[in-house]
Amino acid sequence: MLKINNLCAKVGDKDILKGLNLEVKPGELHAIMGPNGSGKSTLAAVLAGRDSFEVTDGSVDLDGIDLLDLEASDRAREGVFLAFQYPIEIPGVSNLNFMKAALNGKRSHQGLEPIKAKDFLAKVKECSSLVELDGQLRDRSVNEGFSGGEKKRNEIFQMAMLEPKLAILDETDSGLDIDALRVVSKGVNAMRSSERSFIVITHYQRLLEHIVPDFVHVLSNGKIVKSGGKELALELEEKGYDWLKEPSHDTSNA
Amino acid sequence: MERIDEDKLIDEVTGKSYEYGFTTDIESETLHPGLNEGVVRTISAKKNEPEWLLNWRLEAFKVWSEMKEPDWAHVEYEKPDFQAISYYSAPKQKKELASLDEVDPELLKTMEKLGISIEEQKRLSGVAVDFVMDSVSVATSFKEKLGELGVIFCSLGEAIQEHPELVRKHLGTVVPQRDNYYAALNSAVFTDGSFCYIPKGVRCPMELSTYFRINQAGTGQFERTLIVADEGSYVSYLEGCTAPQRDENQLHAAVVEIISHDEAEVRYSTVQNWYPGDKDGKGGVFNFVTKRGLCHRASKISWTQVETGSAVTWKYPSCILKGDDSIGEFFSVAVTNNKQQADTGTKMIHIGKRTRSTIISKGISSGHSQNSYRGLVQIHPGAENSRNFSVCDSLLMTDTCGAHTFPYIEAKNPTAQIEHEATTSKIGDDQIFYCQQRGIEEEEAIGLIVKGYAKDVLNKLPMEFAVEAQKLLTISLEGSVG
Repeated sequence: MLKINNLCAKVGDKDILKGLNLEVKPGELHAIMGPNGSGKSTLAAVLAGRDSFEVTDGSVDLDGIDLLDLEASDRAREGVFLAFQYPIEIPGVSNLNFMKAALNGKRSHQGLEPIKAKDFLAKVKECSSLVELDGQLRDRSVNEGFSGGEKKRNEIFQMAMLEPKLAILDETDSGLDIDALRVVSKGVNAMRSSERSFIVITHYQRLLEHIVPDFVHVLSNGKIVKSGGKELALELEEKGYDWLKEPSHDTSNA
Repeated sequence: MERIDEDKLIDEVTGKSYEYGFTTDIESETLHPGLNEGVVRTISAKKNEPEWLLNWRLEAFKVWSEMKEPDWAHVEYEKPDFQAISYYSAPKQKKELASLDEVDPELLKTMEKLGISIEEQKRLSGVAVDFVMDSVSVATSFKEKLGELGVIFCSLGEAIQEHPELVRKHLGTVVPQRDNYYAALNSAVFTDGSFCYIPKGVRCPMELSTYFRINQAGTGQFERTLIVADEGSYVSYLEGCTAPQRDENQLHAAVVEIISHDEAEVRYSTVQNWYPGDKDGKGGVFNFVTKRGLCHRASKISWTQVETGSAVTWKYPSCILKGDDSIGEFFSVAVTNNKQQADTGTKMIHIGKRTRSTIISKGISSGHSQNSYRGLVQIHPGAENSRNFSVCDSLLMTDTCGAHTFPYIEAKNPTAQIEHEATTSKIGDDQIFYCQQRGIEEEEAIGLIVKGYAKDVLNKLPMEFAVEAQKLLTISLEGSVG
């Protein structure tokens, strides 16, 4: 499904990703952990097509498509979804209109007619109940005046609406209390399927108790320095990251 | 009877001639450039005006001659040479083109994006049109219906001939000749415009629009509009058009006067899209407009404007809340791009008791443009318990444009309540990326964000106007994020 090969990226003069390799197969959930400034959020932004980062080397292949060749909106239409660490507010644009524009953008890309109002509303109902946002979305502007927890739940709601192939969750657990974390995790778990892959970026192992990963990778200084199963997260929780900071020769591949 | 009306209408539609005021030999006539008392007399004579109106014009000319062109607005432009303008030219038949192939392709592209039908595109760009029977019958039933209710809706020139007492009673009562430099000029040399009268207690059942006044050939340089809503009546009036309008006249100095009698309500909506000039602002229209309404007891005037065109805009639709319990509203979206300059806002003059006003102004600046809000809220000593609420927001699309806010508040009654909120924000790369990440393309994303920002104003426009105005906003800002 997703093959990242020797990905290098910088912002301004600063190299952030320095030859990152990762392969994600359909249905897998990969957790990416690592200290502050290791490049986790940069990886998410580069995959989603944020143009403030410059890709200097490497390739990203999603089901045979060269992602780096596409505009951000086309990547989204090909099935890449990014749940933002800090969801953006768009005053005056209702959540529902926003989702309708997004959904119809994707549909036109697939050569489909715009969704019928009835089908759209049914889908909204289904997806919003998944993250317990039912009935609150209709008249509210995108993320405007939402609490931290509501914003994160709204991200998962949008993910459910758009049914991505590859979902990237960037520190979705940050700023969540334990109840909100449970709701968000429930939504993510409900979305897991044999065709959908996840990259979950997090600082803490806490989230991975609720969303259990197939693989855990440690990102440090722009490279993956250690990979393992879910038990690696526990080890990290215990030992911290310092013992991994010296990159060793055999851990750069996932 | 009906037959005759229809024939007349078809004549008007095909633009053969005006029913009043002009004869064939005048049509070919244009006065030499320059302005003096003789010119004012000639205009009045050509239009076969009564003596009181001639005197009124002469008085205006005298005042204008003694006035200085104002320079307090936050705009810079080369002042027009008033002696180089011809102040009278018979209503021109625009040169008719044989087909759309002869029209500027840029213009057509924009109209297409606005969703304007082929027939309409032809009409707007001066191509000979075969009017489909449908639109003729719509216009006919429109006129019949208004006639039954006693609503008068015609050109001002026609009203001066047909309803002189109504015109004389109201003309200049809200915007007197000496009001300001451009209003004085307009009063001296106005050539035509619209007149509208709604009788007592009548609720005008349709939006009155210059669009339906098909007999008006082109738009004058010095237009004058007079709207009178008698006691307890209601009218919604639409001015302008979302299609881009080019004009050989660089200076436009229009006057609009509204009189809202006791318990009447007037809603006046404008979409202004005059030619803004090229990327450097060359050749664009100067739009210096005076718009003002007078509210009698418990009446209401509501101004809504979407301003996207002109090189320089200088415009402050205002309300004089003279009657007790009267209400004034001003809702505005002003977009400037490239080198456009806009200085626009409103004045709310509270004189009567318990008068209320609301101001919502949304400026959007892009390119190297300058966009200023200028507003005055004035509470007179007798305006007990009056209230004003103002919001003026500015949205910046680039690092090279400017947004300015000049609010003036004068309160001379301690019971007044005045609230003023202002924000300035820059359109966020974050917002655009967020939309793109959800599969919305950049251009659509900008449109969505801008429409959201302007929503409170767009919602005030009549439905069909609102849809076009939304598209217009998007088009005006195309490729403008830097």
